[in-house]
Amino acid sequence: MDIKAIISKYDPPEENLIPILHDIQEATELKYLKDEDLVAVADYMNIPLSEIHGTVTFYSMFSRTPRGRHIIRVCESAPCHLMGATTIIQALEAILGIKVGETTKDKNFTLELTACLGICAVAPAMMIDSEMHGNLTLEKVKEIIDGYRKEVS
Amino acid sequence: MALYRSHILLGIDAETIMAGVNEVKKAIFTELENRGLDNEVKVVETGTLGIAGRGVVMVIYPEGVYYAGLTVDAIPALIEEHIVKGRTLKSHQITPPVKAQRVSLASDRRGTEIKERIVLKNVGRIDPENIQEYIAADGYEGLGKALSIQPKEVIDLIKASNLKGRGGAGFPTGLKWSFTASAKGDQKYVICNADEGEPGTFKDRLIMEGDPHKVLEGMAICGYAVGATIGIIYIRGEYALSIKNIKKAIADAKKLGLLGKNIFGSGFDFDVRVNLGAGAYVCGEETALIESIEGHRGNPRKKPPFPANAGLWQKPTNVNNVETFANIGPILLNGADWFKNFGTKDSAGTKVYTLLGHINTPGLIEVPMGITLRQIISDFGGGMLGGKKFKLAQIGGTAGGILGPDLLDVPLCYENMAEYSLVLGSGAILVMDETTDTRAILTCFLKFFKHESCGQCVPCRLGSKKMLDLSRGLENGTGKKEDLDLIIEIADSMFKASLCPLGQSPILPIKGMVKYFKDELLAKVS
Ligand SMILES: Cc1cc2nc3c(=O)[nH]c(=O)nc-3n(C[C@H](O)[C@H](O)[C@H](O)COP(=O)(O)O)c2cc1C
Ligand code: SF4
Repeated sequence: MDIKAIISKYDPPEENLIPILHDIQEATELKYLKDEDLVAVADYMNIPLSEIHGTVTFYSMFSRTPRGRHIIRVCESAPCHLMGATTIIQALEAILGIKVGETTKDKNFTLELTACLGICAVAPAMMIDSEMHGNLTLEKVKEIIDGYRKEVS
Repeated sequence: MALYRSHILLGIDAETIMAGVNEVKKAIFTELENRGLDNEVKVVETGTLGIAGRGVVMVIYPEGVYYAGLTVDAIPALIEEHIVKGRTLKSHQITPPVKAQRVSLASDRRGTEIKERIVLKNVGRIDPENIQEYIAADGYEGLGKALSIQPKEVIDLIKASNLKGRGGAGFPTGLKWSFTASAKGDQKYVICNADEGEPGTFKDRLIMEGDPHKVLEGMAICGYAVGATIGIIYIRGEYALSIKNIKKAIADAKKLGLLGKNIFGSGFDFDVRVNLGAGAYVCGEETALIESIEGHRGNPRKKPPFPANAGLWQKPTNVNNVETFANIGPILLNGADWFKNFGTKDSAGTKVYTLLGHINTPGLIEVPMGITLRQIISDFGGGMLGGKKFKLAQIGGTAGGILGPDLLDVPLCYENMAEYSLVLGSGAILVMDETTDTRAILTCFLKFFKHESCGQCVPCRLGSKKMLDLSRGLENGTGKKEDLDLIIEIADSMFKASLCPLGQSPILPIKGMVKYFKDELLAKVS
């Protein structure tokens, strides 16, 4: 990956470490930040590697381990909870055969929880990659996942 | 210019995109073309129409008829009925949220309503991606006016308007600006806080998606007033559409010389750039936000020094919320007295709330300060869902206080809040009915605090975890009665000893829950 090209898009780079890390992660197939990428960023930006590591591990949208091609983030904050998020999480676990925080064997999906997605009027809600899905029901969840499965197979 | 006989305004926001508005749009174009109507009917993509939870929504002018729940299949019938035959398509017609557009003037005691919104005035009326439409709606005139007077006069005007920050703490905006203005520094910054992470809050998202230039104009005026030449909007990483709209708005404003060098030929330079969060609620706290822009972990700083003196890169920095900035242009344009006509004596203006939970019509509303929750639920929320009984509401997000039935008639405004152990906070209103399991809700609140604690200080890091464990015990019956007292004790220590407001805030919802539902919370333990 051309890390230098990504960094040079930003002015001033030192004010944009987080957007830069977003871009790198997005360009990586399994949506995570590799050791060598962090080393390269540290070199180009002249920031201690330990500091970058500290930053990366603080934010929940960054991952240091490989994830699935699609990241499913289910909202678990109060408005979604009130409208039945717990059942939705259980349904997703059953459909995907994994627990929250895990990735499916075929590396297609990672299931995560997220803070409020800001689409509370259609709670319960989840986000798959950058797409929002709301008014979730058990049937709807199944349908949505089936849709993604078809796409990747 | 072509004259159109009808305008179709399509509401575009995260929700309608999810419901397939892009496919619906294509279907409309195809249908209009097939019927040779594309020269008579103009399709305008606008921001949110303020209608939530109803799928794809549109309004057709000049009739002003609202439609919801639209799918690709419904479009041929819609065009046939409404555009060709001039009748409404009853199956998808909805009553417009008229009330949500109305704000009454406090000075008019007879309660005559005038159609006037401040923050959401353009939302749903203009195409947010078209700067010309914003300009046609008096956009950037406030900035022009600001640049024709002295910076100090701008600050005095904001002070006189009595505007208070809409990001949670309600700090007087004019006073905050005067601190940054008088601070010494070769470079000053204006930061717009668009991290909006408080559960149940999405007002800033809809302002940015529906009227992005209003935010930019407010920031530029602030820059002029405090002497800053750089503005940064920090948007949470999950808000893809807001990020896109704001970036486009910045580029368009630069092209017209409304941002950038020598704005309006006044010699004032102001550039705005976008920065992103990456999923950390605490980064909404202004000093954590600054740490995050600097590329660090989002740990809040010790205050003082305040950002006004030592903010981004230790330079004087003024941080305001999106909604706060959206009020600035209109105040410059219409004056402080006009603004004070809305709301109550100590809380001027309007407030944008997100209304959620067990009510019939969840969504976004802008109402005058001082309205009661009862009014909000019945006039805007369409009453309780399924006619069930009101049990409690939480205002201001998960860090907010609890209202029981006895507080339904308290006017909601800054001066009243402390007396009832409430905060307006982010403006989220979560309404819960009699079926709500309060033990599960308490656990849900505490899960949030545990998850979002940045871990920098001990009381909050350990306390939030311990409270969650105890609450889970109350919920599943493995705990004991004394645990509830222990939760309160921990929250109280956190209130006294935590570094930032995140650790200081759990006590508020906890005390509220205990005040109303102690017996229920203890029902499963002995
Ligand atoms: C934990 C925490 C989270 C916060 N989140 C936000 C936020 O998402 N948006 C916001 O505008 N202010 C937030 N604030 C308040 C900011 O620190 C700051 O007071 C505000 O941005 C100032 O703007 P205002 O004066 O216009 O209200 C948060 C504060 C704390 C302690
Ligand atoms: S109170 Fe909590 S969130 Fe705030 S600085 Fe301390 S640990 Fe971090």
